[in-house]
Amino acid sequence: MKQIRIGAGAGYSGDRIEPAVELAEKGDIDYLIFECLAERTIALAQQARMNDPALGYDPLLEQRMLAVLRTCSEKGIRIVTNMGAANPLAAAAKIRQVAQSLGLHKLKIAAITGDDVLDRLRAGDYLDDTGANVNDLGERLLSANAYLGAQPLVEALAQGADVVVTGRVADPALVLAPLIHEFGWAMDDWERLGQGTLAGHLLECAGQVSGGYFADPGYKDVANLARLGFPIGVVSADGALEITKVAGSGGAVTTATCTEQLLYEIHDPAAYLTPDVVADFSNVSMTQLGPDRVAVRGATGHPNSGMLKVSIGYIDSYVGEGQISYAGPGAVARARLAQEIVAERFRITGVPLDEVRFDLIGLNAIHGEALAASHPEPYEVRLRVAGRTATMAQALRIGNEVEALYTCGPAGGGGATKAARQVVAVRSTLVPAADVCAAIHFEEI
Amino acid sequence: MKVRDIAHARAGDKGDISNLSLVAYRIEDYALLERQVTAARVRAHFAGIVRGEVERFLLPGLGAMNFVMHGALGGGVTRSLALDAHGKSLGSAILDIDIDFALD
Repeated sequence: MKQIRIGAGAGYSGDRIEPAVELAEKGDIDYLIFECLAERTIALAQQARMNDPALGYDPLLEQRMLAVLRTCSEKGIRIVTNMGAANPLAAAAKIRQVAQSLGLHKLKIAAITGDDVLDRLRAGDYLDDTGANVNDLGERLLSANAYLGAQPLVEALAQGADVVVTGRVADPALVLAPLIHEFGWAMDDWERLGQGTLAGHLLECAGQVSGGYFADPGYKDVANLARLGFPIGVVSADGALEITKVAGSGGAVTTATCTEQLLYEIHDPAAYLTPDVVADFSNVSMTQLGPDRVAVRGATGHPNSGMLKVSIGYIDSYVGEGQISYAGPGAVARARLAQEIVAERFRITGVPLDEVRFDLIGLNAIHGEALAASHPEPYEVRLRVAGRTATMAQALRIGNEVEALYTCGPAGGGGATKAARQVVAVRSTLVPAADVCAAIHFEEI
Repeated sequence: MKVRDIAHARAGDKGDISNLSLVAYRIEDYALLERQVTAARVRAHFAGIVRGEVERFLLPGLGAMNFVMHGALGGGVTRSLALDAHGKSLGSAILDIDIDFALD
C-alpha cells in the first residue's frame, strides 16, 4: 500500500532549525511541514506589516528556507508551512528570492490567501466570544483571520506547488492536505479525515511528540535532548499512521510521548473541531512497534460544522513589570515587606491599575500560595510585580516603583529589572465557511 | 504515594482553558488513577488557580484521562499577568496529588 512520509520541521516560530535539516537530509521524507503560528502571532505580524508592507511573515522564514530549500528541491521534498503569517504573498516572494540566491533553477511556490477577514468583520455585525461587538474595538482592532481548512492547500499541491505557504490555517491541515492530495481522499471521508487530522495533531508541535517537553529525571528520562530529532509521520492510503524519527537523533518516540501529545490542547477527545472534520480521538490505540516507532490507529471523524473559527487580534492594554531579588536569612520576610511597600506606593502615587499581581518567584509565583504552603521556605526569592494599565506611560511607573526599592526598600535587594509592553490579545468568533474565499497565487522560477 | 509515582502529565492551553492529560505508566494502574483522581479532587487541588469548572474525559484504552479546567489561565494566555501565562507548569502540579488508599 502506498505510504507517505511527512516530517515536522518546526513546532513554533522560534523552534530549532537543525532538526528540520536532519529530516530533509536523512528522513527519507516526501513532505516537510513547518507549523509556526501561535494564537496571537498573526496579530503581531500584522503590526510588523503595518510598519513595512514587505514584512508580516515569519521572522525565521529566510533562515529556514536557506537551511532546507536546496536539499528539499534536490530530493523532491515538498514544503507546507504557515510561515506566511500576515503576509503569505510577501513570504512567497521571499522564498523565490532565497531559491534564486541558492541557484535553484525550478521551483513553484504557492501562497494561500483569504484567511484575512478583517474587512468582512469591520463591515459586519459580529459578536466575539466575550459577547462584545467586534467593531467596538475600533482602532484597537488589528487583525482577524479565519482558520482555513485543507482544501486550498490540496488545490495548490494538485497544481504542482513545491512549496505551499499560508497564513492562518488549522494546524493539522498542514499534514492533512498532503494526505488528501496523495491518496485522493474525499472531503467527506470522515474516518480518513479524522485519522489524517490525528497525524497532523501529533506532528504539529514537532519535537513535543518525539521526546521534547517530556523528560522528568528519575521518572521519565530522555536521551540527548540537545540533539532532539523531530518526528516523521508515516501514513498509508487507508489512514494507518506510524510516528518515528531519524535513527541516531536524540529524543524518544514511545506510546507515552505520543499519548501526552495526543491530548495536548485537546478538550473533548471525541470532538476535536477543525474546519475539515470533527475528529474523534476517543478510541485511539497505540502500539510500540520497535525503538522510536509507534503505530497509532482508531481515530475517526464526523461532518464539520460549516463554520470557521476566526482569531481576532487587538490592542488590549499595557503591562508594566518590575523584579528584584532577596537572598539569605530573612529573604522571604524582606521580599514580603518589599511587596507591601510597592503596593502602598501604588496607592500613594495613584498609578491607575486595572489589575495587579505580586509574585515571590521561588515561593508562590507559579502555582500560588496554597500549593506552595506545605513546602520549606527558600533561601532566595525574587519579587515580581506586574500590573495592567491603559497607557505605556502608566505601565512604566510599575517597574520604576520596584526599581526604587534599591534605595527606599528593605535591606539587600539586588538585581532589579523593569519592563513595559503593549499587550496584543486575542478573541475569537465564528463565520460561515461559505463566506470565506481562499485564493492561490503562484511564484515560479 | 503520589500520583507522580504511577502517572505522567502534560498541560495544554487554549484561551482561558488549561487542559491536563494524566497518563498511567502501566495500564494496570489506570483503574486506580480513575478512582482516585476525580474532577472534584483536581478542582480542589487547583482551588487557588482554577476559577471555573473542571471536566474529566476518560480514555481507558490509552490508560489516560484529560482534565479540562475552565478559567485557569488568568483570563487568557494572551493577556494574563502570570509569569507562566500558558500554565505549562500546571502539568507538574497535578502529579503532587496524594494517592489516598483510605479513599479507595
